[in-house]
This record gives sequence, C-alpha cells and structure tokens, in this order.
Amino acid sequence: MPAPQQRRIIFRHIDEPGYTNDLACYVKHGGYEMLKKALAMQPAAIIDEVKKSGLRGRGGAGFPCGVKWGLVDRKSGKPIYLVVNADESEPGTFKDRYIMHQDPHQLIEGIMISAWANNVKQAYIYIRGEMPHGARILEKAIAEARAANFVGPNILGSAYGCEIYVHRGAGAYICGEETGLIESLEGKRPYPRIKPPYFPAVLGLYQCPTIVNNVETLCHVKHIVEMGGDAYTKIGTPNNTGTRILCVSGHVKNPGYFEYEVGKITMGELLNEVCGGPLPGRKFKAVIPGGSSAKILKFGETFTLKNKDGSTRTLTVEDIPMDFDTLAACGTMGGSGGVIVMDDSVNMVEALANINAFYAHESCGQCTPCREGSLWMKKITTRMVHEKARSEDGALLKSVADQIAGRTICAFGEACSWPTQSFVAKFGDEFKAYPETKNAPKPAGALDLV
Amino acid sequence: MIAPPKPDLVTVNVDGKEIAVPKGTNAIEAARLVGVDVPYYCYHPKLSVVGNCRMCLIEMGMPAVDPATKAPIMDPATGKQKINWIPRPQIGCATNASPGLHIRTNTPQIKDCREGVMEFLLVNHPLDCPICDQAGECKLQEQSIGYGRGYSRYIEQKNVKPKRTQLGPRVMLDDERCILCSRCIRFSKEIAKDDVLGFIDRGSYSTLTCYPGKQLANNYSLNTVDICPVGALTSTDFRFKMRVWFLKQTNSIDTETSVGANTVVWSREGVIYRITPRRNDEVNDTWMADSGRELFKAVRAADRLAAVKVDGADSSLELAVKAAADLLKAAAGAVAVVGSGRSSVEEQFLTAKLAAALKAPAQLVSRTGEGDKLLVSADRNPNVRGALVTGLIAKLPAAKLADLAAAIDAGKVKAVVSVDEDLAAAGLSAAQLAKVAVVYLGTHANATSAAAKVVFPTLTVFEKSGTFVNQQFRIQKFLKAVPGPTGAADDLAVLSRLAGAVGAGPVPADLGGVWTVLANEVAALKTVTFANLPETGLLLDATPFAGLPFVEGETLHYKPAAPAATA
Repeated sequence: MPAPQQRRIIFRHIDEPGYTNDLACYVKHGGYEMLKKALAMQPAAIIDEVKKSGLRGRGGAGFPCGVKWGLVDRKSGKPIYLVVNADESEPGTFKDRYIMHQDPHQLIEGIMISAWANNVKQAYIYIRGEMPHGARILEKAIAEARAANFVGPNILGSAYGCEIYVHRGAGAYICGEETGLIESLEGKRPYPRIKPPYFPAVLGLYQCPTIVNNVETLCHVKHIVEMGGDAYTKIGTPNNTGTRILCVSGHVKNPGYFEYEVGKITMGELLNEVCGGPLPGRKFKAVIPGGSSAKILKFGETFTLKNKDGSTRTLTVEDIPMDFDTLAACGTMGGSGGVIVMDDSVNMVEALANINAFYAHESCGQCTPCREGSLWMKKITTRMVHEKARSEDGALLKSVADQIAGRTICAFGEACSWPTQSFVAKFGDEFKAYPETKNAPKPAGALDLV
Repeated sequence: MIAPPKPDLVTVNVDGKEIAVPKGTNAIEAARLVGVDVPYYCYHPKLSVVGNCRMCLIEMGMPAVDPATKAPIMDPATGKQKINWIPRPQIGCATNASPGLHIRTNTPQIKDCREGVMEFLLVNHPLDCPICDQAGECKLQEQSIGYGRGYSRYIEQKNVKPKRTQLGPRVMLDDERCILCSRCIRFSKEIAKDDVLGFIDRGSYSTLTCYPGKQLANNYSLNTVDICPVGALTSTDFRFKMRVWFLKQTNSIDTETSVGANTVVWSREGVIYRITPRRNDEVNDTWMADSGRELFKAVRAADRLAAVKVDGADSSLELAVKAAADLLKAAAGAVAVVGSGRSSVEEQFLTAKLAAALKAPAQLVSRTGEGDKLLVSADRNPNVRGALVTGLIAKLPAAKLADLAAAIDAGKVKAVVSVDEDLAAAGLSAAQLAKVAVVYLGTHANATSAAAKVVFPTLTVFEKSGTFVNQQFRIQKFLKAVPGPTGAADDLAVLSRLAGAVGAGPVPADLGGVWTVLANEVAALKTVTFANLPETGLLLDATPFAGLPFVEGETLHYKPAAPAATA
C-alpha cells in the first residue's frame, strides 16, 4: 500500500518555485484575506472555531489551543499579551524555521487573527538567537504588513490595532519553555517560573495575562478561520486534528520535512516509503519520534494498547500512527515533530552521550535536580565513551535520571531525563556490554565520536 | 469536614494531623505547627518564594468533589471525603493552605525525593567541612544526616569554581560551596534594596557574583551570610576565628538605635566572637545592620576603663563612693545629673532615685542620625523611652547640654554626676568642665573621665542584664554574655550605693531587687516582671507620651504617630 499523500496546508507554498517571502507574493496567493474575514467576525466566535477545531499546540506538549485561550484571565483589566514561541530549539526540529524563512506573512496573519480574537494589543515574536536570518525576514515582513495596514493601529480601517515586535533570544534552549521565555522577554535570566502561581494565562509577561503559542500553531489558526472549526476536525484523526509537520533527520535515504494529516501516516510509512528507507546495507535500530527529549523507540519492540471497546491491539514501531495520543500511549510523545532515526551503525551509549551533552549545556541551573543531574549524566556518558566505562554505569544513569524527572520547576527535568531513562531501559544490554564493546571496530560508515 | 474555627483560618491535614492555620500559610509552616519537619534550603520566611532547591517536595491532595455538582465524593472505606492526591510531588514552600488541603511528607516517594536532592547538592560540593566556617550550622550537614547516603556514587571530576571572591568589605564568597539557592540575591533585592548580586553562566556551572563594578557593601550585607544555608558566604570578620559549636549564645539587644533589633551574642570563655540577629517578627524580622555587629569590639578596646579613680589615683569602690557622696553633699542644691539614653531601664530608674535624693535636675543627651527606613532609626539612643517610662526625664533630650552649660557659667551648678555621657562631647567646654566637680560612671576613657574627680568603671551591655524600651515602647531584655573586666563594677551597684550615700534611703543594688521596686513605683511596669518578659518583648502603654515629638521616621516595623495626634 503506498504511503498517503502529504497534505500541505501550512507548508503549501514552502519550496514552491517562484514563491517569495514578500508581501506582494503572499497577497497574490490570497494572503490576509483571512484577517479581513476574522475582523468581520466577533472575537468570541473565532475562539469558538478554534475550540471546535480541536487544534493542539505544535510546540511539544500538544495542549489544546482553544483551551489555552479559554484560560486567559480576561477580567483583570490588565492588557493581554500574545507571545509567539519561535525559539525552535529542540534537536531534530526544523519546521518553524521554514515557515519564518519562506512564508513569514502566514505567521503574521495567524498572529493578527489570534490577537484580534483575544483582544491583544501587543504581540511578541521570540525568535531563537541562532536564527538571525529569520529575525531579519520577520522584521522586513512586519514592516511590509504595517505599511499595508495589516499590522499596527486601525488595522484595515477598523478601530482595532495591534503591534508585533520581534525579540531575538541569546541562544538558550530554555527560552523555549514558556515561562523562561517570558522572563527572557522581560530582560531577565530565563529561569522558568513556578506554577502555581505564575500561570502565563493569569500572571505572564509583566505579570499580565499572556498567551504563548508556537509558530506552527498560530499558522493553523489562519486555516481554521478559512475552513471553519468543524471542517478542520475532518482533517487528521479524532482528538488529533489537522496536519502537522514531521521533520525527519538521521539515517534515512531522504530526510526532510513532510506535512501530513495527524495520525494518517505511520512511522513505518514515513521512514520506509516517504523517506526511502534505511541507508544501503543498514537496518533501522531506533527512532526518537518527537525531538530529542522524547523517549526513544526501538525497532522490534511491540506495544499492546487498549482500544475504546476494551479489546487490545498490538503495534510494532512501524505501525504507530504519527499522532499525539498513540505515541503517548506507546510511552513517548509526538513532541515537536522532530523524528530522529538511528540505524545499526549507532552505538546507543555514544548517541546518549551526545544528547546528554546537549541537555547539560542547556540546563538553566535554577533548580537542583536538573542542574546537577543533567551534568552528572553527561559526565557519566562522556566518561564511558572517552575514558573508563563500567558495566554498572547504565543502572547509575537510570537512577540519576529517575531522581530528576517529575521533581523540577519546568519540563526540562523530563526533557533531560527521558532520553537516559529510555535508552537505558531499551538498550540496557548495550550499556552493560559497553566496557567490552567500546574498543571493537566500528561498523562501516559509523560516525566518528566528537 | 471540620468547619474552619475562624473565618480567616483554614483546616489543613499534615500527615494525618489536622490543624487550623491562617489561609495562605505554606505547607512548610503548616507542617512546622504540627511538629512535622519539612527540610528546605532556598525558602526563607521573610523572602519571596522561588522553589529552586526542591528539597521541600511534598505530596499534596485536595478533597474530591464532583466536577458537575460540586458535591463531595465520599470514600466508602473510611466514610470520609475522598482525597485526590496529585501524583507529581509539589514544593511545600509554594503550596499554600486552602480549605481541606492534605499534605503527606512521610511517604516513600518523598523520602526518595529528599534523598535525590541531597545527593545532587553534594555531587559538586567540595565537602571541605573541616576548613569551612559554616560547619556546625550548615544545612547541608544537618540534612545529610537525615537524607544523605553515607557514601558517594559520584566518581566524576567535581566542578571547579572560584574559592575566594570578596563580594564586599565584609562578605567573602566560596562559589564551590554555593548551592545556588538565591537567598542572598533575593535579600539584596527585596530587603536591602541594593540589587548587586546575580548568577552568571548556566547549569551546574552557574556562579554567584556581583554585577560588574558593584560591591555588596551596604549596611545589611552580613545578613546574606546569616541566611546562606551553606558555607558559601562567610563574614570576613568571623571567618576562621572560632568553631561555632564552642560558642555560647546569649540573647541581647542591638544598642545602635532605638529600633532595638533582637540579637544573639556568641561568646566563648568570656570573649565575644560575633553578633547575629535573632528573629522577632514585630521588630527586626530576621535581620540586623552590619554596624550593630561591630559593637562588641568595644568590650576589649584599649581605652576601656578598668580602675576606680579618685582624683586620678586608683581607689576602691567603698572609698570612691564615700568621696563622691562627700563631694555631692558639699555641693547640695547645686548638683546636676546627666543620665543616658544608653543605660538600661533599671539603671535609669536608679539614676532617677539618685537625682531625686540630690534634688538635682536630670537630663539626657540625644543622639541622632539619619534613619535608613529599615533597622537604623534616627534616634541613636536605644532607650530614651525607658527614661520617659521610669520618670528620669519628662521631655525629650537635646543634643547639647546648653542649659547645664549656662547654669555652670552662672555658678548655679557646682557638681555633675554623668552616667556614661561624655560632657565635653555634649557641649561643655574644658573651662566649664574644670569649674565643676564631676562624678563619672562609664565604660571608656574620654574627656569627662579625664576631668572627673571620681570615676567608676562600669559595664557594657554585653556584661550585664537589663531591659530597653524601643521606639515602639516595646520593653525587651538583654542578658549578660560575658563577665566585665576586673575592676569594673555593675552600674546598678554603683548607682545604688551612691544614692544610698546621699540619703535616698534603701535602694536595691541588683537587677532582681530593682524589679521588685519597679513594679510598685512605675505604673507602666506594674504587670511586668523581668523573669517573665517574653523573648520578643512586651508593648508598654505609650499613651502618656503620645504628644512628644519623637525624632524617628518610619522603619521596618515602626510608623511614627501622625503629627496631628496631640493630647
């Protein structure tokens, strides 16, 4: 059975020959019509459509966007801010970057519609520090949109106005955590805030109610206004509506980004048919389905899941549909859509050493378990790879990770411990045998250690 | 459920024990009230909550209610309302009491959480307790007894950080010991209002430091040393001087200003090593000024008076009392008494007795300076209000003894008794001093002691017990921490003998004796006894003095009365 066709909604014009990121091109392709349509609607009606659509956040947690908007404190009398999380930092994820580079006006239109729906007068795009080019493109696009009266005061002759500011990060993964991002936006160290009491919907930016949405999520809002919430739910699968962009990297023939209806493509179809399967002479060994913090899946393992009617079904990794709920039921997550593939040339201890080095470097250092635990795990895996490995290190790694997850201020605790927990759980033998196997000849084509 | 006993109280359940606490009390404090210890590092009752150490993790639950009807869901097994426990542990410091809040601190999960945090805090800690000043009062040491593992699983290289960073003139930082709790940062920002500290770098390499070009030099910098739960911040003055477990702690009162900050004096074998603040939520919270911590250095100063003198020659207490009495009686009708706002209530009471026996007018010398709106008030005398309460004076003192100077010039005053006040500093010229016979009671040498006919060396606040009445009219007691120097006499003994010798009748000569009389003779102290005075002091009736123009502006727990409130 051939793999399903991509359904490009967000990425409709990405890589389209002749499509440029300027306003004229966007307007020629029907741009900002949905902003006009939205301004003619009641804000509450737009929120209703978003709620009806079942749109789930594309940043990583998959939290329903309409519910998030519903939590905003609208009675405080304080301004409501919209913050666009463009700090796309999760290793393996490269979708928002393409939206901002090639179709920035789609994002701006999504922002303006969402701002109107939520009575937002100021929106901020917090863009990752390592994306200076994207920031310049956004600045230019916002200037164009402002000149055309799509952004700024009295939009399209209405009484409504909203300004968008681009804020560049300084290069920290933690700025993708929404409260860390807010602190950074306020000019402070991006220490994530404790919740309670600092829920952004109530006490966000400058202690005002704040909505923090991912770039892709806001782009979806534009299309929900276009087709209506009910029609949007027909895309994808129940509770996993719409399309999402999957970024495949690693050991496949044709890596890249692909937009599919959520849950309408399986891992096997994605990797074998869409991405052309493993490299010549190799076999898939493992895959991380949602950015490097998601728990790894091992090819060959099976998952027995409950159906709604009480019966069970058994899935292999290849059978897993790429949606939020099934991946969660399999013990991992859809996350940010970054699919990282590893074949049999990869030593899992060495792969984990790479991931641990990243998280140890990115831990903000605010709370104890993550600060000390992430570096400890890095030191262990680095030692295993470059110095003396011990057969008991796997168990120690797991124990350290267990002491982090669930006990930290923000989700970074999980992000840094889930890789270790899952690598050790699923490839424990490899960790145990590593003292003997580490000096054995590497398979042909295996990457050198960094 | 049990109905809340009072409208502002809510009933919470800690490890099965129910207690009513004010709404909003956090889980750590609520647990403390039922005798359950929740360990923590970063939480401080007087600072904002950041929840970064993760040591106070608890299990939290709320009574289950039906989402639709809001009706309680009962547990058939117990007959009580079912509790919905949150699977993820919560931080106690940010979990505030709400009706029906349930807390569990004694579960395997919580034990595991605490042991995990404890291990993490130690993996990069230098464990240099044998050379660390904090040893003996270190939260890491204390809590590793309860939650430490006894051996280390950590075989990697520890992080290396700066060991000796001078953050300011009085505070030294050892970054390797720092557990990044941010108490010092929050204190500087929130209490001292001198935002100079912050972290640089990230993750486990985070390092505490001053902002470029700044120093931790404010007059409250040593509070950061007090609240540092580990040995990261140490006092340059106390560092490497003495092991804390050798030190005796004595409750005392800061005599710097009329705030009357509560303190602890730490001494060993008659030598004081440091002064730290003592918590009093009505006076100084948990803070005190750096300047007040230096005061003990006067105890062993080179200019300390240590011999009774008559006409410049060493004498005995008996002979000196007789000499002074003779001198004062000879000048009968032309004697003035200068008391002190730094004397204790008891001493001021006896000074008043002496003045009455001599039929001499009594006055104080005021000392003022700029208040800092925190714990240094404008009135630099600790006990002017004590002199009002005991009747030594009826109106507030002036900075200079102008009336006395005029009376001396006019020949109306021929003898002066000064209780620890340097008359030269208070405005008398050398010529005026030379015209009168001075009887001086004091601790340190000065122009007055040099000019005096009779000198009685007396005790500093650290060498005696007594009470002060602070700016709130709160009477607070201080206790003797160390013995006085050989040759010095208790102020009460000297005042009592002097008063007796000039015909005041029987006058008590010690603290206990004075208090038996105080209760009868001073209306405001009728129901007060020294022994039963609470550690946090007792507010006296201030209404008789409401009209007086006190000099203090607002400080931490003091608001000056509105000027219009005159009698």
